[in-house]
Amino acid sequence: MSVALFNALLELGDDHLILGHRVSEWCGHAPLLEEDLAMPNMALDNIGASRNIYTYAGEVEGKGRDEDQLAYLRLDREYKNCLLVERPNEDFAHTMLKQLYFSAFMEPYWQAALSSSDETIRGIAGKAVKEMAYHIRHAGEWVIRLGDGTEESAKRMKEAVEELTPYVEELFVMSADAQECADDGILPDREALRAQWNQTVANIFDQALLELPEVKYPQLGGRTGHHGEEMGFLLAELQYVQRAYPGMSW
Amino acid sequence: MYSQGLIGADGTTEETEEFLAAFQARIDREEKIEPNDPMPEGYRKTLIRQIGQHAHSEIVGMLPEGNWITRAPSLRRKAALLAKVQDEGGHGLYLYSAAETLGVSREQMTEELLSGKAKYSSIFNYPTPTWADMGTIGWLVDGAAIMNQIPLCRCSYGPYARAMIRVCKEESFHQRQGYELLISLCNGTKEQKDMAQDSINRWWWPSLMMFGPHDADSSHSEQSMKWKIKRFSNDELRQKFIDATVPQAEYLGLTVPDPDLKWNPEKNNGKGGYDHGEINWVEFWQVVKGHGQMNRDRIKARKKAWNDGEWVRDAALAHAEKRAARQTAQAAE
Amino acid sequence: MLRSPMLKNGLRVKPHKLQNREEKMSKETPLWEVFIRPRNGLSHKHCGSLHAADEVMALQAARDTYTRRGEGLSIWVVPSKSIFASDPDQAAENFEPGVDKVYRHPTFYDIPEEVGHM
Repeated sequence: MSVALFNALLELGDDHLILGHRVSEWCGHAPLLEEDLAMPNMALDNIGASRNIYTYAGEVEGKGRDEDQLAYLRLDREYKNCLLVERPNEDFAHTMLKQLYFSAFMEPYWQAALSSSDETIRGIAGKAVKEMAYHIRHAGEWVIRLGDGTEESAKRMKEAVEELTPYVEELFVMSADAQECADDGILPDREALRAQWNQTVANIFDQALLELPEVKYPQLGGRTGHHGEEMGFLLAELQYVQRAYPGMSW
Repeated sequence: MYSQGLIGADGTTEETEEFLAAFQARIDREEKIEPNDPMPEGYRKTLIRQIGQHAHSEIVGMLPEGNWITRAPSLRRKAALLAKVQDEGGHGLYLYSAAETLGVSREQMTEELLSGKAKYSSIFNYPTPTWADMGTIGWLVDGAAIMNQIPLCRCSYGPYARAMIRVCKEESFHQRQGYELLISLCNGTKEQKDMAQDSINRWWWPSLMMFGPHDADSSHSEQSMKWKIKRFSNDELRQKFIDATVPQAEYLGLTVPDPDLKWNPEKNNGKGGYDHGEINWVEFWQVVKGHGQMNRDRIKARKKAWNDGEWVRDAALAHAEKRAARQTAQAAE
Repeated sequence: MLRSPMLKNGLRVKPHKLQNREEKMSKETPLWEVFIRPRNGLSHKHCGSLHAADEVMALQAARDTYTRRGEGLSIWVVPSKSIFASDPDQAAENFEPGVDKVYRHPTFYDIPEEVGHM
């Protein structure tokens, strides 16, 4: 088995699961009914992608772990998601911006992964790339409306940009495992996607009357399991049934 | 997906005898009534009230199940639950749209829900403390709702009937996913099976209450039946539900919490059916009147979502105005 | 679904309201009618309605609401207020004259069998 690929897949799988978890928290509480349909669609896309990724990670590892064992039964330090996706929802502005930042990265990522040397990766990418393109559009349109809406919405949108932009850098960081997979042509080089991310976000920010702040001190740590305080509560919820009733099937 | 026997609809109407007779003749010929058609005020009011209650039930119904999305014990179950709760939002949306054809806006209906003026199905005022409740709600609550809803696909009011056809089509997976979830628990450990039994003990009676008061106490049923808004009486549907559900409980190896439940071969014109114990109507009315365990929490959650979302809705409208102004300006150039 | 314009003698009158709430009306998110083409070769068909502030959001909401089970390949959205309906009070004069023109239908004409299918 390839330890590097297994770990790099966990980075990807955890990003999707944790972001999907966050957006699923909105279900039933959206600002308008139409968004109560749109947000679960995004959550289902993210969680669906995580299932495919975990299943493959389990195969690569070869120890018989399935998607649920990987999703539910690790300790907090073993989750490798970037810090961006675990950030709390705060308000609709934060939520849509987080969704935009992530999908603006993942769309070109999956696009590049379409020419992976690994057939399973190509398969996962083929489905995910379309989902991410739609998330950019949906979250992007909201960022535009909130940025150029009312005084209050513009203020909230700016706050979200201030708060979340420092977490973007981690999307581009190559762990040793991700680097090894990139060298083998299995997974894309994250660093190489910077220009595309910038272009997507700049185009939307331009219409949203927002500016991308310069980040002097990026927030890093998720890839090495150094998570924020909110992550513990998220995992407590996610894992509750599996931890309270160990070894049962549901 | 959750309709309930209509509570407190006022079918009084003031049109002339000829008008009412001509309208009734259309209904009797099984003609559908469409939005622009002349209709008695009582018919319109009854529909607004019933479709509104139905829509609110879907929306409030997202809460007890939404409660478990982040805690679902497997990714497969999580995806199914999320899709199901999302469907309920969709069904609320279709139903609000159907009511809007009668000249009432979604915003007005929402405000009536939040002020406590409009009712919703009493079943959602019970809490969902365990994962097994996700199975029981799918099986019993969706099962009861389906019994109620299938006849509504033939309701005399076109937009309501069409919305219900869509709802019923989408909903076919809800009851199955709930029952399958319970099968997993019943095939599992003793703790899992106990969790399932405890859940049925809590949800059985409230599910029977979903069909509304006894026919004898349901003052507005008769007019609704005549107008073909309703096709079967509360008690008829309740009996059908019990007869269909008890064998399903037996298959799971679970018991229905009714010591008086007994097979009666004479029932249903000799086809047989179950006699059952008396429903606790005091509890039913307590919950309907707003004093169930979760009534306040449910409305509070809906108010919070609506109030917290106001700035988002306002921003979208403000942006739309700016866009439209820019487009007009561009066209003028 | 189309909100009733409440046509009376061909004139559009104010829709019936549960109560007088004019002051709030400006805050209502507009209603749209959604039409979906199930697959190429078929025409767009009315499938329901929704609320959205503008046409871009209406199209996205239509996609998220009405095509979750692969129901379509193309979407139209139309502001509900842009739809004008015929008056049901004029239904008789509008449509009944079309019912008895049997000569508009092919079966009205007798063609000898030996001529074959026509």
